[in-house]
Amino acid sequence: MSNNNMNLNLKIWRQPKKSAPGKMVDYKVSDISPDMSFLEMLDVLNIQLVEKGEDPVVFDHDCREGICGMCSLMINGQAHGPEDRTTTCQLHMRKFRDGDTIVVEPWRAKAFPVLKDLMVDRTAFDEIISAGGFISVNTGNAPDANAIPISKENADLSMDAAACIGCGACVASCKNASAMLFVSAKVSQFSLLPQGKVESSERAVNMVNKMDELGFGNCTNEAECEASCPKGISISNIARMNREYTVGSITGK
Amino acid sequence: MSNSLAITLKSSVVKKQLIGITGLLLCGFLVTHLLGNFLLFVGPEAFNKYGHALTSNPLIYLAEAGLLALFLGHMGLALKATLENKAARPQRYYMKTKTGRGSTIASSTMPYTGAILLAFIVFHLQGIKFGAVYNVTYDGVVMRDLYKLTFEKFASLPYAAFYVVSMIAMAIHVSHGFWSAFQSVGFWHNRYTDSIRKAAIGYAVFVGLGFSILPIYCFLTGAN
Ligand code: HEM
Ligand code: FES
Repeated sequence: MSNNNMNLNLKIWRQPKKSAPGKMVDYKVSDISPDMSFLEMLDVLNIQLVEKGEDPVVFDHDCREGICGMCSLMINGQAHGPEDRTTTCQLHMRKFRDGDTIVVEPWRAKAFPVLKDLMVDRTAFDEIISAGGFISVNTGNAPDANAIPISKENADLSMDAAACIGCGACVASCKNASAMLFVSAKVSQFSLLPQGKVESSERAVNMVNKMDELGFGNCTNEAECEASCPKGISISNIARMNREYTVGSITGK
Repeated sequence: MSNSLAITLKSSVVKKQLIGITGLLLCGFLVTHLLGNFLLFVGPEAFNKYGHALTSNPLIYLAEAGLLALFLGHMGLALKATLENKAARPQRYYMKTKTGRGSTIASSTMPYTGAILLAFIVFHLQGIKFGAVYNVTYDGVVMRDLYKLTFEKFASLPYAAFYVVSMIAMAIHVSHGFWSAFQSVGFWHNRYTDSIRKAAIGYAVFVGLGFSILPIYCFLTGAN
């Protein structure tokens, strides 16, 4: 075993269920390899807890390769931890030092209630998508890929927006718990393409209204979301959505 | 789906656009107010005549009503947005660290610098606009001697200092607000956004310094 291994102090939010109060609890883990991911470190902690007959720490995760958007966690006060453009599952323990104290909390927002420990309910994002995050197309044979010409620039911008994995780090890092970056990425990925352009204003109106209804905050253009986004989604998408919302509200049928 | 006017106006997007547009119009007012105030350097006659020309024009009531509406609209919507934003995160973080790549001191203190401005505006109106009336006569026309009043007020160090502190708060407020308003109304362009952010800083320095120089000048030259 490598002698770079670390002993760490953890302060983790424990909350038995949605309606119960929670608190920060101290734990220790030892012999953590710098090559482990943050979630693997939490796995080590959970094995310890299970062996002692205690309740393991609940946290969301799925792909563990930075593409599904299930992992979350505020690590030392930053969404997905200290590394730029990295999800928690892709964050390596080599980012920390032996003896460090690491604070781990769930995303906090009224629209993301804590279900248990570090797991929050992000159904609000699904509701926003159902409100307009789709395009209307006829089913049947897939059309020829090049049937509709698309400029390279728009294709690129749309792909950049589509990189959003819906993890909620934007909401978590925003001082207003605003979901503008997420919603604007979902609005932009379609409105930049001819297939999505048709419904673009209507889509922006429906998604923003749903977002407001769910209790997310107002954007104050601070760009902490962009800085915390594991996919580097740009706040230029927010400007695009603001434009489309206003146009949609004025011209809406 | 159609959007009722009420939903549109209350929406997070349009609310911020209205805060932005009223804020930008107030930024415009600040420039005219500052340029007018610079007549203080020209002399008592120029300054007082300028004030008289403004207040004796019947359109002043329309302009004042418009200005009041801008302020009330801006503050009312900003207050609403700020309260909603607090409510959107009922449980605070145990630890929250800024990334250092996003928010700035200006952006994260907008409600506080705004509150300082509100206090300042009330104080300022009370002290000058509704303050002591001295009269002076030029070319047979009686008008308020605002020059005298201004120098009298700024002879006090705490008074002048409060103005300078408030003007620093204002500069901080607009250094974020000016560019933020463009983002809120949906103007974002690869080519211009950087320049708008720089212009916001330039604008903030201009009005901040400009408005601070006046009380400092009056304090220094009026005392002897
Ligand atoms: C000289 C007067 C003022 C000017 C020129 C000004 C300018 C601005 C501008 C341009 C914005 C940006 C709007 C946007 O992001 O869309 C703004 C935002 C704001 N202002 Fe003012 N403002 C003034 C006075 C006030 C006052 C008196 C208050 C409070 C009582 C206030 C509170 C706020 C707040 C809370 C925001 C929202 C911050 C944000 O969304 O980031 N402002 N202001
Ligand atoms: S677990 Fe899928 S992105 Fe982290």
